[in-house]
Amino acid sequence: MDLSYTAEEDEFRARLREWLGKVLPTLPAKPSPDDWPGRRAYDCGWQRMLYDAGYGHVHWDASPTTRLIFLEETEKAGAPYVGANFVGLLHAGPTIAAEGTPEQRERWLPPVLRGDEVWCQGFSEPDAGSDLASLRTRALRDGDDYVVSGSKIWTSHAEVADWCELLVRTDPAAPKHRGISWLAMPMSAAGITVRPLRTLAGSAEFAEVFLDEVRVPVGNRVGDENDGWRVTMVTLSFERGTAFVGEVVACRRVLGELAVEARRNGRWDDPGIRRQLGRLNAEFRALWRLTQWNVSEAEASGGVPGVGGSVFKLRYSHARQELYDAAADVLGPDSLDLERPWVLDRLSSLSYTIAAGTSQIQQNIVAERILGLPKGR
Amino acid sequence: MRFQLTGEQKALRAAVRGVVGRWSGAGRWGLVAQFPAPLIDRGFWGALGELGVFSLRLPEVDGGAGLGLPEAVLVFEELGWALVPGPLVATHLAAGVVPGAATGETVVAAADGSLVEWLDEADVVLPGAEGAVALRSVDPLTPLHRVPAAARTDPVAVLLTAAEQLGTAARVCALAVQHARTREQFGQAIGGFQAVKHLCARSLVRVEVARAAVYAAAVTGDAVDIAAARLLADEAALRGARDCLQVHGGMGFTWESEVHLHLKRAWVRARRGGGDTESEEVLAADLLAQAG
Repeated sequence: MDLSYTAEEDEFRARLREWLGKVLPTLPAKPSPDDWPGRRAYDCGWQRMLYDAGYGHVHWDASPTTRLIFLEETEKAGAPYVGANFVGLLHAGPTIAAEGTPEQRERWLPPVLRGDEVWCQGFSEPDAGSDLASLRTRALRDGDDYVVSGSKIWTSHAEVADWCELLVRTDPAAPKHRGISWLAMPMSAAGITVRPLRTLAGSAEFAEVFLDEVRVPVGNRVGDENDGWRVTMVTLSFERGTAFVGEVVACRRVLGELAVEARRNGRWDDPGIRRQLGRLNAEFRALWRLTQWNVSEAEASGGVPGVGGSVFKLRYSHARQELYDAAADVLGPDSLDLERPWVLDRLSSLSYTIAAGTSQIQQNIVAERILGLPKGR
Repeated sequence: MRFQLTGEQKALRAAVRGVVGRWSGAGRWGLVAQFPAPLIDRGFWGALGELGVFSLRLPEVDGGAGLGLPEAVLVFEELGWALVPGPLVATHLAAGVVPGAATGETVVAAADGSLVEWLDEADVVLPGAEGAVALRSVDPLTPLHRVPAAARTDPVAVLLTAAEQLGTAARVCALAVQHARTREQFGQAIGGFQAVKHLCARSLVRVEVARAAVYAAAVTGDAVDIAAARLLADEAALRGARDCLQVHGGMGFTWESEVHLHLKRAWVRARRGGGDTESEEVLAADLLAQAG
């Protein structure tokens, strides 16, 4: 067991840190959360800067440890979050890289890396959220096209996306996990309507997408027809395995800021508050160690991250909510003022035990796939 | 960074598991029958000594294996898993200080927090046990005395206690899963019911988080990391044993099932020095120290 880094990794960290120190002050001001075109431009501008500096590929072909260092350093320096490029860089990109044809990789991967094209995720449906395999959006073959009809929901970045990683049912007669295909759908196609949804945090964070006989070329299918479920599992393992590294670093920073605020406003003298913050320190330290453990494991096995990501996600999503609940205890009545820091974060943290598979679904995955308990209802 | 077990570390863990597994398999709960005055099995204590449980961190010139905290933590996790009784941490810390401790010839007890485990059975008590009063111990496999003044706790003792708790946490998770797979109710294995499934899944999550914290603290030896490891390992053992008992249903509430022994041992260890309040204060102070 070793927590030290190689000379090469240390050098990467130093170089990255120096570059961040130079470029971050040159970034424009962050757009407001409701300004999606502004957010897209800002996030893509940042991706372009990373690309030009040679860091654009880091999510894809750097070693897991190098990626860990990248996420740790960018978060510590306060660099922009991956933002509107989340789906392209962390879901669709890795999936196309793993499962796409050479032509598909050539068509779709470079624009993602350069920050030229933004992707959104068309997986969930009103009747198929956590039970994803129940999805009903259908794609009928018509010559060289699929004709797609149905609707998707919880689609982040849909208004500004160029492409959608879309799951469709291509064989309605097959058992529900079979008969699904993975398509890259151009968001400019005729028949697509996007209706933004307002979240409980007050902003339009995601959207409903209605599909009315949208034509998608058969050549846009990644993987075999009716093999989309397997392709999707590849995507989801990326999401659960590596998506939260930067956020753990961010939570540790917030926790430090909370302690400082508690000392300033006198709440630190309350042993209950103090001990609660101490316990959260243990929590996020351990989650960071678990991250290092999982990354080392991925590096040793050389493969796609495994279901161990579910273990991490279960604990992290709750810890994040506890962190912002603690923030509310530190702030007292000010925790009800939307102008105060951490209040919006507290609201958005409520999604963490729901998004990307609810905690209940994750617990089923851990129980059935890791502990080997029988499938049941 | 290669935060995974090395081949040697896996081999060490397997060797310890073999020896303590044979013991706990054979004479298993024989000591329970001796309640209320359990005895230390001196032969087995010597076997632990031979295995290097007490001497493994001593330099080779002093008859040890010259290993470090990561190896010690793996060994104590196995001891916790097998519910090995006796003042294991105290004797390990006395190796190289008290003659015979390293080899397992001498049993060493120590005041830790405001309690002494195994006082009457020990050959040596550190730093002494003035005014010790016997308790009727809740754990039938750990006799306890209370001492008037709380002793200072060595961070290594806090870490090794965390490792034992981790072993217990892993064991009770495995016992719960085993029962959930085999026990049938309403015509199916109870592990097929989500309510039971989720108890088991949450138990595993606590084990995995605690394990990452305990192993990392063993690598860094840092006092704040140790405090974090202890908090999470205590939680994983205490909560896990409760949930294991719940999964066992009525059987879990009986003396015949071993579940209560794991829970009671976890309770005893949680009262050793460096427990929740102390660790939380260490971790809280660290937040301000980091902020400057």
